[in-house]
Amino acid sequence: MGRFIIRRLLGMIPFIFLVSVTVFLLIKLTPGDFVSNYAASLAASGETVDDAMLESMRARYGLDQPVIVQYWDWISGVMQGDFGYSFQWQQPVISLIGERIGLTLVLSVSTLLLTWAVALPIGVYSAVRRYSFGDYFFTMIGFLGLAIPGFLMALILMFVGVSVFHTDVGGLFSPAYVNAPWGWDRVVDLAKHLWVPMVILGTSGAASLIRIMRANLLDQLHQPYVDTARAKGLSEITLLIRYPIRVALNPFVSTLGFVLPQLVSGSVIISIVLNLPTAGPLLLQALLGQDQYLAGAFLLLLCSLTVFGTLLSDILLALLDPRIRYQ
Amino acid sequence: MSDTTLAPPRALDTASEARLVWLRFRRHRLATIGLTLVVLLYLVAVFAECLAPFSPDKSNARLVFHPPQAIHFIDEQPDGWHFRPYVYGSKLARDPVTLAAKYVLDGSRKTYLRFFAQGDAYKLWTLIPGNVHLIGPADPSEPVFLLGADRQGRDVLSRIVHGARASLSIGLLGVANSLLLGIIFGGLSGYLGGKVDWFIQRVIEFIISLPTIPIWLALAAALPKDMSPFGKYFCITLIISLIGWTELARVVRGRFLALRSESFVTAAWLDGCSRSRIIFRHMLPSLTSHIIAAVTLAIPAMILAETALSFLGVGLQPPAISWGALLKEAQNVESISAAPWLLLPGAAVAITVLALNFTGDGLRDAADPHGH
Repeated sequence: MGRFIIRRLLGMIPFIFLVSVTVFLLIKLTPGDFVSNYAASLAASGETVDDAMLESMRARYGLDQPVIVQYWDWISGVMQGDFGYSFQWQQPVISLIGERIGLTLVLSVSTLLLTWAVALPIGVYSAVRRYSFGDYFFTMIGFLGLAIPGFLMALILMFVGVSVFHTDVGGLFSPAYVNAPWGWDRVVDLAKHLWVPMVILGTSGAASLIRIMRANLLDQLHQPYVDTARAKGLSEITLLIRYPIRVALNPFVSTLGFVLPQLVSGSVIISIVLNLPTAGPLLLQALLGQDQYLAGAFLLLLCSLTVFGTLLSDILLALLDPRIRYQ
Repeated sequence: MSDTTLAPPRALDTASEARLVWLRFRRHRLATIGLTLVVLLYLVAVFAECLAPFSPDKSNARLVFHPPQAIHFIDEQPDGWHFRPYVYGSKLARDPVTLAAKYVLDGSRKTYLRFFAQGDAYKLWTLIPGNVHLIGPADPSEPVFLLGADRQGRDVLSRIVHGARASLSIGLLGVANSLLLGIIFGGLSGYLGGKVDWFIQRVIEFIISLPTIPIWLALAAALPKDMSPFGKYFCITLIISLIGWTELARVVRGRFLALRSESFVTAAWLDGCSRSRIIFRHMLPSLTSHIIAAVTLAIPAMILAETALSFLGVGLQPPAISWGALLKEAQNVESISAAPWLLLPGAAVAITVLALNFTGDGLRDAADPHGH
C-alpha cells in the first residue's frame, strides 16, 4: 500500500508540471501584457503615456524576457514558495491568495461532505423503494438541480433573501468579521454564512450522485449473494449496509475525482455572483487585467487541487476495494 | 404442395434498428415531452424575428424597467362581451413617501393585441424582409411588455426569443465540434489500443481533472477585446468544445472496445476491409444511437457553459444577444429586486436544459439493446 501511494505521488510530478506549463501558456495566450493593458487604461483616462516609462516597467516586471525565461523564473520561484508579485495590487501574490485559496478549499470540501451526506441516504432510498412517490420526487428534484445553473440559483436566492428576508445572502462573513483575525467567533460567523453557497454548489453534484448511487445499488440488489444473505435470516437493514451498499459505494468514491473539479469550478462562478472572498472574483479580475502571476498562482493551485482530489479518490478506492490491485 | 406455410412476418420482426429505437423512445412519456419541447425551442430560435413581438433592439427611454403586463381575453364593451386579447396601459406615478418612480395600472387605457400583427420591420435570416409578428399590438406604435422591459425599455420577451438563437446554436455547434474530436480520438483509442490508447487516455484524464470554469475563463479572457461578435461567437464555441470532447471520446472508446470483438467486425477484417472502412462503414453505424444519446446529453453542458461565460462578461457581449448576455443585466441585488423579470432568461435556460436532459435520458435507454 505504501509503495502504491508513493508511486502515485511520484506520478503526479509530471502531471503538475504539465499543469503549470498549460496554465502559463494559457495566460500568455492573451495578446499584449499587463503593461499594454495598463497603458490602455491610462490613455482611456486621458493621461499621457510615456513609452520609455512603459519599457522600464516591462524591464522591471521581467515582461521583456522571452516566454520560456519568464516561465522558468515563475516556476522556480513557485517551487520555493514564492508565487511572484501582483502587478494590479502591488503586493506579493502569496499575501493575496493565501486566505482565498483556503476558503475555496473549505467551501469545496464542506460541500463535498454535504453532497455525500445527502446523496447517499437518498440514493439508497430511491433504489430500495424504486418507483415509489419518494423516488419520483427526488428524481424530479435531481433533474431540476442539474438544469438550473448554479449562478442562477445564487441570483434567485439573493432575490428571495432581499425581498422576503431583507438580508444580503452574499459574502462569507458579517461586516464585523470581514477583516477580523481568525478566532472561534469568526469560525462561527463563517459557518453561519457558508451554508448558502454550500447548498447552491452542492445541488447539481448531489443530483448526479443520487442517480449514480441509485443505479449502482439497483445493479447489486438482485445479485444472488443478496438472496443468500436474506435466506440466512439477516435483517433487511443489516443486509443492505453490510453487503450491497459497500459494493455500490465503489463508483461513488471514484466520482470524487470528477466531483471535486466540478465543485472548484462551480465555486469560482458562484463566488463571483455572491461576492465571496474565495478565489473566483480575484481570478476573474486578474485574468481580465493580465495580472499574470496572480492569475497563474490561482489557476495552478486550483488545478493542482483537483489533480490531488483524483489521487485521493484512487487511494481511497484501493483501501476500500481489495479487488483493485496496487499496480 | 407442402402443408407448412410461413407465418407472415410481424411488423416488429422486420423493423429497422432505427425504428425499434424510436418505438422504445416513444414509450417514455417524459422523453417524448422533452423532445417536443426541444423541437419547439429550436423552431423559436429559427423563426425568432417572426415570433418576437418587437425588434430586440427597440428601446424606449420613457418605459425603463416597465413591469410585465397581464393579458386579458374578454373585452367588455357597451355593446356586449368580445373575445379580444388586450393589456391595460400604465402611467408613471411617484411614490408619495420615497418619491421613487413607479408604474401604476391605468384601467381606462387598453392596448389591443392581435395575431399576425404588423410591426417592426425585420429581415428574416438577414434575407427575407417582413414585418408580420405572430403576436403584437394592433397599433404598432403602442408598447406592450408581456415579460417586462429592461433598463433601456427594451422588451424582455423579444430579447429572450432572439437570445434563443445564439444560446441554442452554440449548443449544437459546440457539440458538433466535440463530436468530431470525440469520434476521431475515441475511435482511434478504442480501435488501435496499445500505446495510442494509453496516450489518448492520459490526455483525456488530464483534461478531465482540470476545473473547467477557470480554464474557460482563462481561454475566453485571452480573446482580443475588439473581436467582432461573430468571431467571438465561433471562438467561444471552440473553447467550450475543446474541453467537452473528452466525455464523448470516452463513450465512443468504450463502445469501440466492446464492438471490436464482435464477429461481424472480425468478418469484415477477414474480408480484407481497410481499417478506415471497418471503422466508418461497419462499426460507426452500430454506434449511432449511442452517439445520438450522448450528444443530446452533452448539449445542455454546452448551453450552460455559454450562459456562464456570457454572464461573467467574457463570452458573448452586447450588442450580441444570448441568454447569458441577458442575465448579465441581472447581476446584482439592486437590479434583481427592482426588476425580477430580468431573471426570466434563466428560466429559458432551465427549461431547455431540462427538456434536453429528458430527451437524452430517453434516447439512452432506447438505444440500449439490453433494455427491453
